[in-house]
Amino acid sequence: MRLPSDMDPDTELEMEPLIRVESLVKRYAARGFGRRAPGFTAVDSVSFSILPGSTLALVGESGSGKSNVALCLACLQRATAGQIWFEGRDLAALPEKELRAVRPKLQLVFQDPANSLNPRWTVGEIVAEPLLVQGRISRREQKLRAAQVLEQVGMRAEYLERRPQELSGGQRQRVAIARALILKPKLVILDEVLSALDCSIQAQIANLLVELQRARGLAYLFITHDLRMAAHLADEIAVMSGGKIVEQGTAETILRGSQRPETQNLLRASRVSQGSVATAERLR
Amino acid sequence: MLVKERVRSLNRRRFESEEVEPAHPLRWRQRVLTVRVLSGHDWLVASGLVAQHDTVTCKSKFEVDLRPILEVRELCVAYGARGGGVWRALSGVSFGVGAGEILAVLGESGSGKTTLAGSLLRLLPRNARITGGEILLDGADVVRMSGVDLRRVRGSGISIVFQEPSLALHPTIRVGEQIGEVLRAHGTWSRRERVEGTRKMLAKVFSGDVERIYSSYPHELSGGQQQRVLIAQAIACEPALVVADEPTASLDTTTQREILTLFKRLRDELGIAFIFITHNPALLAGFADRVLVLYAGKVAEVGPTHEVLRSPQHPYTQALLKCVPPVDSDGAAGRKSLLPVIGGVPPSLAAPSQGCVFEPRCQDRMETCQVCEPAAAVLGGGHEVACLKFPA
Repeated sequence: MRLPSDMDPDTELEMEPLIRVESLVKRYAARGFGRRAPGFTAVDSVSFSILPGSTLALVGESGSGKSNVALCLACLQRATAGQIWFEGRDLAALPEKELRAVRPKLQLVFQDPANSLNPRWTVGEIVAEPLLVQGRISRREQKLRAAQVLEQVGMRAEYLERRPQELSGGQRQRVAIARALILKPKLVILDEVLSALDCSIQAQIANLLVELQRARGLAYLFITHDLRMAAHLADEIAVMSGGKIVEQGTAETILRGSQRPETQNLLRASRVSQGSVATAERLR
Repeated sequence: MLVKERVRSLNRRRFESEEVEPAHPLRWRQRVLTVRVLSGHDWLVASGLVAQHDTVTCKSKFEVDLRPILEVRELCVAYGARGGGVWRALSGVSFGVGAGEILAVLGESGSGKTTLAGSLLRLLPRNARITGGEILLDGADVVRMSGVDLRRVRGSGISIVFQEPSLALHPTIRVGEQIGEVLRAHGTWSRRERVEGTRKMLAKVFSGDVERIYSSYPHELSGGQQQRVLIAQAIACEPALVVADEPTASLDTTTQREILTLFKRLRDELGIAFIFITHNPALLAGFADRVLVLYAGKVAEVGPTHEVLRSPQHPYTQALLKCVPPVDSDGAAGRKSLLPVIGGVPPSLAAPSQGCVFEPRCQDRMETCQVCEPAAAVLGGGHEVACLKFPA
């Protein structure tokens, strides 16, 4: 499978997006009894689309609504309004029964692997669980598939019998990624998957994500507050603030030509905190 | 006179601040000061800024006491493991912190950063033991201090900001009272004075709305605000040194930057020194004065931030800094490329190591690395590297 970045612009335009989100809204009702409060709008008419095999980075501060978009896309919560077009169907309007058939194609990886993996299960059980949820499958088949997918994320089969607390942070995140991959999804939603990791481990996991995308043509929705990592991994960046997408474009246009104060803020944050002093000095 | 001028230029930022009336008889508010350069500040001596045992007199807002306020010598900390094993978290760590200096401690999980933070205040878990070395805080050894002295020093001489602000604050006590508690433990102020003092501290770390913050409960505040409350708590008794253990790890990038700016402002205004513990090298440029790189409980490299970040000498530091993707990469070419990673895993701290701890993962390993343990080699300008590539 060729990646969109290898293709010339004309074909790219004709390419059908894998998922298309149109004016997505997520509103929470106000708490309290009988009170007439307006509620809270976490996501406010957000629209974007992701091409097969490409990465869209959703960047924003905490509270900007990034994770709410992720939950709506993964069908883990219902959108209040708007459409999510995926394989010709609107996920936002699909009844619960039919969602079960769609969910394997949209998988989610969470921020902190220490919290998202059951400490009492072995790695093999954790990784194979999605198979069980989706249908009857023999134990041998389970183990085989789990070992295969573990190998794809760079872990040997001997880890099948270990438990999460025996693993390092990077290995745990690999297990979480393996669990998301076992159902052969088309889109993987990565919700801050790097922010809980050490920086040398971040690089390893970032490399793994790049390799998996190349090998399997995965599309990613990469949610982060780190504009630097977003620029490294994504084809396109959308900047969110207050529930809205305030700016959207290729990584280059966002980094070089952005005028929005929200983007400037994030950019400054990652610039001042730049590892290379040369850049910091140039900016001074 | 000449030396004075040199010190002046070195600390220009702190010297240019306007003079205030000495309200409290605190060290750094004395107006005329005599400074004796003692051995602790080797990096100043090595860089030729001052000679050892020079006496410098300068008139300023802050004392330029070139003696380190904290000196750690050959600190060793071990954890007793279940089943009788010993886990050497820190082995032979030595460094100093000058007054009003920001020292960053850079290390990955398991490198001993949090153990280091805990041992400076002797706030270690029960199974941990300081097995050797000295921690000299203003000349007094924290390791051998009695309980009473220790309680006096914590908060007023050295204090700590913990990693997770939501866990460090009491959930059912208003934050103003939690800050006032520190004042109550260390002084004989009346209740009214304590409230007044707390407000003053809050005003130092928040840019307004002090009243609302004062009477809030922790859950009503955002992560960044909670962290500011903890900082106010740490500086309430105006300690000379604050240890910040990954204070920005749970915050997003924009808030992180605000907290770093706050640290710098407190340093400039109050002359507080900070030990800033982090795993993220990207936070350090333009913030820390010096960086100490910790690997497997040992100091790999220490030096001025710009030196260490621009030209890291230890193979571990070099590899670590390469892991961070550059923000201004050359457009699409650098994107989605594989980042260089450090192969292998950190060593087990249970077995006593022979030779260099980084040897199994090192790109530039030599034969001697397996047998000889590297000592710190001085490269000049206060830059020290523990690597056998450099003769000690």
